[in-house]
Amino acid sequence: MDCDEFVELVTLFLDGALDAATEQRFVDHLSLCDGCDAYLDQFRRTIQTVGELPPESLSAPARDKLLSAFRSWQR
Amino acid sequence: MSDDGALPPDDVLAGRLRKGDESAFEQVLDAWSASMLRLARSFVSTDASAEEVVQETWLAVIRGIEGFEGRAALKTWVFRILVNTAKKRGMKESRTLPFGSLTFDDEGPTVDPSRFRPAGDPYPGHWLADRKPQRWSDPESAAERAEIGRVVAAALAELPDRNRIVITLRDLEGYSSDEVCELLDISHGNQRVILHRSRAAVRVKLEHYFDAERGIHRGL
Ligand SMILES: [Zn+2]
Repeated sequence: MDCDEFVELVTLFLDGALDAATEQRFVDHLSLCDGCDAYLDQFRRTIQTVGELPPESLSAPARDKLLSAFRSWQR
Repeated sequence: MSDDGALPPDDVLAGRLRKGDESAFEQVLDAWSASMLRLARSFVSTDASAEEVVQETWLAVIRGIEGFEGRAALKTWVFRILVNTAKKRGMKESRTLPFGSLTFDDEGPTVDPSRFRPAGDPYPGHWLADRKPQRWSDPESAAERAEIGRVVAAALAELPDRNRIVITLRDLEGYSSDEVCELLDISHGNQRVILHRSRAAVRVKLEHYFDAERGIHRGL
């Protein structure tokens, strides 16, 4: 496997969606190629960092409105 | 799916909501609204509009909780209502989300081809020595972590809407590939192409950030 093929397969690999033969070639390449090992690592870091973004929240008036809607709907 | 901390199991939660337990409603409202806002924002044109979509969704949840049958997770059920509401609103605002088919922008390599050895080289398609990905340092302080967060938020903001929707659902909200395909009604293949491109685009922005950092540390 070449590096330019490897970089396009990372999401499939992480989803466990590569067929067995391609996964084998992917892993073999990973064991031999420092650049692709770093690339995979960077991809994982990217996913992790996206997952750590702080949440936005509903405005206080909207929240109050919904709580009172819940109260009145349920009588 | 993301970790919702102390929320009770779905059947218990749905039962409490049906009985009008306000603290249970407050719990789900506070646990899920942030994600819902973020998701809604990708379908509509303004923050205010996104907040209205979230409000409308919760009102539909209040009215419809009797009909929740537990075939999907409660959160998935709520998010489906959100996506449908947001899509309708987006259409009114004349925003179209062509999830069904990929476009020219979805094709082509996700890494700049000039970083690889060209055809004719003894190792074509392999990283050029000086353009190889470099290891990223771990953030050294809260300020650096915050800076990295800003880089990622800006990168997400620059993505096309549907790319942002898919990466948000997968990597921020932690939905599985199956769940995203079902929520957005797209094929696994298209979902994966969009996700991969989105992640690759965010990675590039982080790479620029870390390269600049390295430059600073080397005193460049
Ligand atoms: Zn490689």
